Amino acid sequence: MTAISCRELCKTFRQGEELITGLDRVSLDIDSGSFVSLSGPSGSGKTTLLNAMGGLDTPDSGQVTVGGTRIDGLDRGERADMRLHNIGFVFQAYNLVPVLSAQENVEFVMQVQGVAAAERQRRAREVLDDVGLAGMEGRLPGELSGGQQQRVAVARAIAARPKLVLADEPTANLDSHSAAQLMGLFVELNEQRGVTFVMSTHDTRVMAYARRLISMRDGRIVEDRAQEPRPMNL
Amino acid sequence: MMLLRAGIGRLAWRNLWRNRRRTLIMLLAVVVGVWAMVFMSAMMRGMVDEMVRNGLDQLPGEVQIHHRDYRDDPSVVNSIAPPAGDLLAALQQPPVSAWSARVRVPAMVSSAHGSRGVTLLGVDPAAERALGSAPRTMVAGRFLDGVDDRGVVLGQRLVERLETGLGKRVVIMSQDPDNNVADRGVRVVGIYSARLPGDEERFVYGGRAAIQELLGIGHQVSEVAVIGDGYRAVAPWAARVAAAAPELEVLSWRQLDPFLDAMLTLQDGFALVFMVVVFQALSFGLVNTLAMAVFERVREIGLMQALGMRPGLVLQQVLLESVFLLGLGLALGNALAWLSIKPLESGIDLSSVARGMEMFAMGSILYPALDWRDMLLSTVVVLGLGLLASLIPAWRAARLDPVRALNSH
Ligand SMILES: Nc1ncnc2c1ncn2[C@@H]1O[C@H](COP(=O)(O)OP(=O)(O)OP(=O)(O)O)[C@@H](O)[C@H]1O
Ligand SMILES: [Mg+2]
Repeated sequence: MTAISCRELCKTFRQGEELITGLDRVSLDIDSGSFVSLSGPSGSGKTTLLNAMGGLDTPDSGQVTVGGTRIDGLDRGERADMRLHNIGFVFQAYNLVPVLSAQENVEFVMQVQGVAAAERQRRAREVLDDVGLAGMEGRLPGELSGGQQQRVAVARAIAARPKLVLADEPTANLDSHSAAQLMGLFVELNEQRGVTFVMSTHDTRVMAYARRLISMRDGRIVEDRAQEPRPMNL
Repeated sequence: MMLLRAGIGRLAWRNLWRNRRRTLIMLLAVVVGVWAMVFMSAMMRGMVDEMVRNGLDQLPGEVQIHHRDYRDDPSVVNSIAPPAGDLLAALQQPPVSAWSARVRVPAMVSSAHGSRGVTLLGVDPAAERALGSAPRTMVAGRFLDGVDDRGVVLGQRLVERLETGLGKRVVIMSQDPDNNVADRGVRVVGIYSARLPGDEERFVYGGRAAIQELLGIGHQVSEVAVIGDGYRAVAPWAARVAAAAPELEVLSWRQLDPFLDAMLTLQDGFALVFMVVVFQALSFGLVNTLAMAVFERVREIGLMQALGMRPGLVLQQVLLESVFLLGLGLALGNALAWLSIKPLESGIDLSSVARGMEMFAMGSILYPALDWRDMLLSTVVVLGLGLLASLIPAWRAARLDPVRALNSH
């Protein structure tokens, strides 16, 4: 089954007089259950592509289909609903709401979804346990390390049971030990639960965990190949 | 409920206390503003109530019945027969609670030391008391015994002017229906003091039958004063009384004293204007506080939107923050107003400035009147306009683009 399908995506940014190419006719299919890494130099369009796939931004032209539903052309509110119900996000930084505890952050998406309190709490605790944060449910983000915060973000992303998780440079702010732990978690969730992961990264050691490597340059896909995951000692 | 389901109540509450100092300052401003609104309204209401009450005392009564020509020429000629038949029946029906038929004519009172023009009232003391228009405080002697009492009761200031006293004789002089002078020497049996010093010089009380005899008018009276169950709700029963006496002029106090009527109508308007003005001052602080709160949280709001929170929910969350702040301020402000007004309800002595106040038909004691409607009005004004003002920052938060907001620093 196809989790995401992109057809001829184009996106141009305007900065003053200048036109900047974000995406240049990108077509791509991502199967459910895959673990994809997006790489490429800075400014190559990784974030732009992730934002288009996640309905955070709309392409100028082309089609995006998530779980069989076209999402380009939806309005703001509809895209918010689409994200809420289909996609888990892990950002590079600033992933958590500072006034909510780890547990409450994980519950946040489910709460907006309307999951009943008891069910929500049970799932949040379970997932926090899965990501190795048992006992830290009550801590505020400020009381967690960067790696722990990213793991809370992952917990939140998967607790809501999305079709796929989009992660934009999830390890960029982590030390290598925490990065390795986070990648181990991705692999585990991908293999054991079949969660589809698409992540962007600059780090070749992080790319090594993925089973499909896509390289971008100037808003285009320049390389797309499968690989045997080679988790390394980071 | 959508709000509670999304847990934004908790979020809004916690966000409110993130900048504790700023929130406390704003809260203090709301509390003081609400207190000022309610406190001032209570003062104004007390003042206007007092004016109306004094005005009604002067009339007296909430409704008056006269000969159709009496108001043009308040002389004995234009007197009427005491209530009987249909009119009497109407006056004995609730909500009419008391009525008094009185003789009221211009007269002159003279002592050995001088004379004064006054309004001579021939009354039935029991009926006047029921009406609430008998003098409240007797300084010396007694009020009248009954309609046949041949003594007179004077105000303290009049006694001083005439240099007379309790038990002394004065001469009262008026006109009978044939324009002949009617005069009689009478004894001062009581001296009263009035809330309005001017009244003490103006009104002289005598027994009704005794005055009727002096004027030679049989059982005729000048006016019938009537009260019901509160001066604000006079129209329905006034109409019923009027229907029972088609040949007479039946007027409510609103018609008898249009100034009082206007005061009462204006008062509610004043209260509202005052509240809106106070709110204006608050609203700048409120909008600023919320705008700052939104500005500081741009990334977080972007994050929540990115995760799937609809713009409408973001809007509600900011508004809810405002509601919490305003609600807390309203509760505390109203409580404070209540606590500060309750002890004052027994009256604030203004005697040092009473001379000036008399101009406005005020007594020397102000009784602040706390009214739940003023509290309600302040709540409606603060919450209603507050939410309206909060829409600006809330709208801004909702319009944030999640991608840009997430990447802002
Ligand atoms: N909002 C924007 N306004 C103007 N230009 C933009 C905007 N967003 C992205 N761009 C430009 O579009 C191009 C693609 O940017 P994008 O963020 O997708 O790159 P990236 O591969 O994610 O880079 P990085 O590795 O630095 O995150 C860049 O040249 C960038 O400057
Ligand atoms: Mg990027």
